[in-house]
Amino acid sequence: MTSTLLMDIALLLPFAGAVAIWLAGRWPNLREAVTLVTAGALFAVVITLLARVLGGERPEIHPVQLFPGVEIDFVLEPLGMLFATVASTLWIVNSIYSIGYMRGNDEPRQTPFYICFAIAIGGAIGVAFAGNLLTLFLYYELLTISTYPLVTHKGNDEAKAKGRVYLLLLMGTSMVFLLPAIIWVLAAAGTTEFTAGGLLSGTGMPTWQVSLLLALFIFGIGKAAVMPVHFWLPAAMVAPTPVSALLHAVAVVKAGVFSVVKVVVYVFGVDYLSSSGAGAWLTYAAGFTVVCASVIALMQDNLKKRLAYSTVSQLSYVVLATAILTPISVMGAMLHIAAHAVSKITLFFAAGSIYTAAHKTEISQLDGIGRLMPWTMGAFAVGALSMIGVPPTAGFVSKWFMLQGGMAAENWVAIGVIFLSTVLNAAYFLPIVYRAFWRAPPPADAHHPHHGEGPAPVVLALTITALGTLALFFFPDVPLGLAEAMIADQPVPAPEPTALTEVTK
Amino acid sequence: MSVEHHAFHVTEHLPALAAVVPLIGAVAAALVRNGVAAWLVAVAVAWSLPVISILMLGQVEASGPISYALGGWAPPAGIEFRVDQANAYLAILVSVMAAVVLTGAPRSIADEIEPANRAWYYAVFLLCLCGLMGMIVTGDAFNVFVFMEISSLATYVLIAMGRDRRALLASYQYLIIGTVGATFYVIGVGLLLAMTGTLNLVDLAASLPEVEATRPLIAAAAFIVVGLGLKLALFPMHLWLPNAYAYAPSTASAFLASTATKVAVYLLLRFAFSVFGIDFMLANTPAGVMLMTLAALAMIAGSLSAIFQTNVKRMLAYSSVSQIGYIILGIAMVSETGLTGGISHLFNHALIKGCLFLAVASAVFATGAVRIEDMAGLGRTMPITMGAFVIAGLGLIGVPGTAGFVSKWYLIQGAAEQGMWWIVAVIVVSSLMAVVYVGRIVEVAWFRAPAQRAPREAPIELVAATVALAAAVLVFGLNTDFSAGVAADAARILIEGYAR
Repeated sequence: MTSTLLMDIALLLPFAGAVAIWLAGRWPNLREAVTLVTAGALFAVVITLLARVLGGERPEIHPVQLFPGVEIDFVLEPLGMLFATVASTLWIVNSIYSIGYMRGNDEPRQTPFYICFAIAIGGAIGVAFAGNLLTLFLYYELLTISTYPLVTHKGNDEAKAKGRVYLLLLMGTSMVFLLPAIIWVLAAAGTTEFTAGGLLSGTGMPTWQVSLLLALFIFGIGKAAVMPVHFWLPAAMVAPTPVSALLHAVAVVKAGVFSVVKVVVYVFGVDYLSSSGAGAWLTYAAGFTVVCASVIALMQDNLKKRLAYSTVSQLSYVVLATAILTPISVMGAMLHIAAHAVSKITLFFAAGSIYTAAHKTEISQLDGIGRLMPWTMGAFAVGALSMIGVPPTAGFVSKWFMLQGGMAAENWVAIGVIFLSTVLNAAYFLPIVYRAFWRAPPPADAHHPHHGEGPAPVVLALTITALGTLALFFFPDVPLGLAEAMIADQPVPAPEPTALTEVTK
Repeated sequence: MSVEHHAFHVTEHLPALAAVVPLIGAVAAALVRNGVAAWLVAVAVAWSLPVISILMLGQVEASGPISYALGGWAPPAGIEFRVDQANAYLAILVSVMAAVVLTGAPRSIADEIEPANRAWYYAVFLLCLCGLMGMIVTGDAFNVFVFMEISSLATYVLIAMGRDRRALLASYQYLIIGTVGATFYVIGVGLLLAMTGTLNLVDLAASLPEVEATRPLIAAAAFIVVGLGLKLALFPMHLWLPNAYAYAPSTASAFLASTATKVAVYLLLRFAFSVFGIDFMLANTPAGVMLMTLAALAMIAGSLSAIFQTNVKRMLAYSSVSQIGYIILGIAMVSETGLTGGISHLFNHALIKGCLFLAVASAVFATGAVRIEDMAGLGRTMPITMGAFVIAGLGLIGVPGTAGFVSKWYLIQGAAEQGMWWIVAVIVVSSLMAVVYVGRIVEVAWFRAPAQRAPREAPIELVAATVALAAAVLVFGLNTDFSAGVAADAARILIEGYAR
């Protein structure tokens, strides 16, 4: 099959899956089978494309012209390929987990749940494949809309209120900042197509305008949760755990940081931003978010809330790594998208497993739980180590690249932030692991009999992702290969005219 | 002396048929007296009009604007019907909306209107359609007034047929304001006649440059703009609209919201751009600044009012006030991009609002109530209708992939071209407010438990009409060749003005 046909299939498959899930809604086993088969098929298609992209192909499709000069089109490049791979891989694991969780907790309205989930994945694939800003925006909004019913799944007053925050903040930032930014780019460059080396790098915009435009993008992409537009993420904790995993690992926040990296690399251009100095402020904004969110995480007793603020902090790692504006740090940002995805999904799966088996939500209740749920808490420990950046986990690899980039750029602020937050990460994750394994569990009584592990699909899923976290440390070939390919795609900047070239003239 | 034999070719008389067919249909519907038979007449008539309109468009594209001398009296002495691309497209829009709404209407009408009045409802509906089509195709300033009165009188009756007793008050309110608007308009036309001696629009456009920008002429422009402003419900001249849409029969609201104000907007465009000429308007009147300011106020005030409504039809009506602001905003930018945005929003909003009001008609049919609270749980009991409602609601917000996004894109681009960033801010803030008022309905429809007597989906024809419009909202969101392409053509024609 040609690569363009595979792209068509990858873009349409989740939506076809959503329809099939709807049709199969009456028979839960068939419905879940449809989800798994769709996820598996999508994975197969994406992996085939992955091999071709690593082989140097950059397929593109142009289905619709929306406005004169502005199309809906899709171009597959390494960065998008990475995001699509992450999303489609984790969809399978997440589906296995969802089945265990949703059945284990007797959740209502499971058919709409799986439908929205599939549509959200379709949105993520569209974001990953988008060939220009308008297409990215289209799928970005689709992702927001399709996850709103998931966030409000419980349907009670709290879910409604949190859903409002979720929708208004994400849609609001995208409409108020992102859309004008896109139109500004169109006005300045005459197109919104993503261009290697940066779409705006030749336009000669004044530096203050570039800075402002970058700000519109960073805060317009609310899904990247750079403070102060992060409130939606803790609010979304009201959702069932598989949705939290979707938001935090598979699709939503990853779409946010992916878009940030994509915009910085393909709209502004790394060299353009660093040579003009227009991106300098981003280090501070991202650095502040990293540290501040870690401090807030430290103060949370609710496990999912702590994880949520940890995500806010980790997302800004990606933004920070991008803001260092060296090729090697941008590679670090890409690697961290993959590393954080697989580690954070493990942590959320573990939190959901604890909730399903023990109905515990607070960290202070977790004494000795590692002895009762060794698989769950073992996986949790692996995820936690990866968050801190300890080898042999995925988080170490990306942090290594970030620090290298920071050294190369002599960006001491960024390096300082990374060190400080590593300490903070350890301070809020290690006590949980300590509590779980080294403290004695409360004695069992008639009302609170000892529970065992979570449901089998749940434990299976979190074991897979924990192993994935370890595997990415030992075999980082795929994300690393994609990161290298993306850097290789960027044109080498013209050397600055030096005294020597002046002389040779 | 040779005797010419004029064979009667239907295709030569399309502009006249566009107005005459619904007129005859109205009489026929009134004569049959039976609700079902009258509905059949109305549907047949309504679906013949898009055919006529499309044929007219074909003729215009093949051989330029159609000039039709009514009764064989040559213009400018006789009444001229004049069709070019701008009004041919509007004729298609209005007739298609009328046809779709009428097709979906019968059981909703049977539910809301007493048996004795049903045939009258269809007759008056067609009379209103006759007035609207006449206003679109005519090329004569006074003839516009005649058709305006036909459609207005019919509209007063349509509104008064609402089953809520407040419909009478709403109708009376609109009667007063509508009459003031029409009177202002006709005073303006009278001044024009006094200054130029002609009523033919093309002739007026040709002879106005000879008349200096005298006071009577400026006064004429002011009377006409304000008169039409009342008819198109431009803030703060919108006070008739919320009650009218809220208390009219549901299908009448759907029809009026998607057509009546649009035709008034078209006339404003015709007078401002083709007759007076935009240079005259900008040089001698504060129309540019005034329309832009009022449009911005409409967008904010309309959306804000919509947020606080408890009656869903009133909410949609206030939303219309705000969306009319978008259309006028595009016009007031006086650039090709802005005008394209304004005109494409005219098309897109007609589809969106038509869909929303039809969905509400279904909800009213199922629950018998129009308060937002009464829509509790409808998302689960009427998933197709409410699904269509959500799609159209997303269009109202301007989410990409829907028709509403296309026009907003052009409007923001037009504002950005002229460096009017405050307008961009107004557009996005008003869109955000739309998220709030659409979101309210979504919350009630999905997160509240359904009432005791759980309703089922509305009649199939009503659901089909709603779904068809929702599908159009999506199709025109991704395929802009028709909507925005047409709007761009129309914008160009209007900016060029009349050329005989």
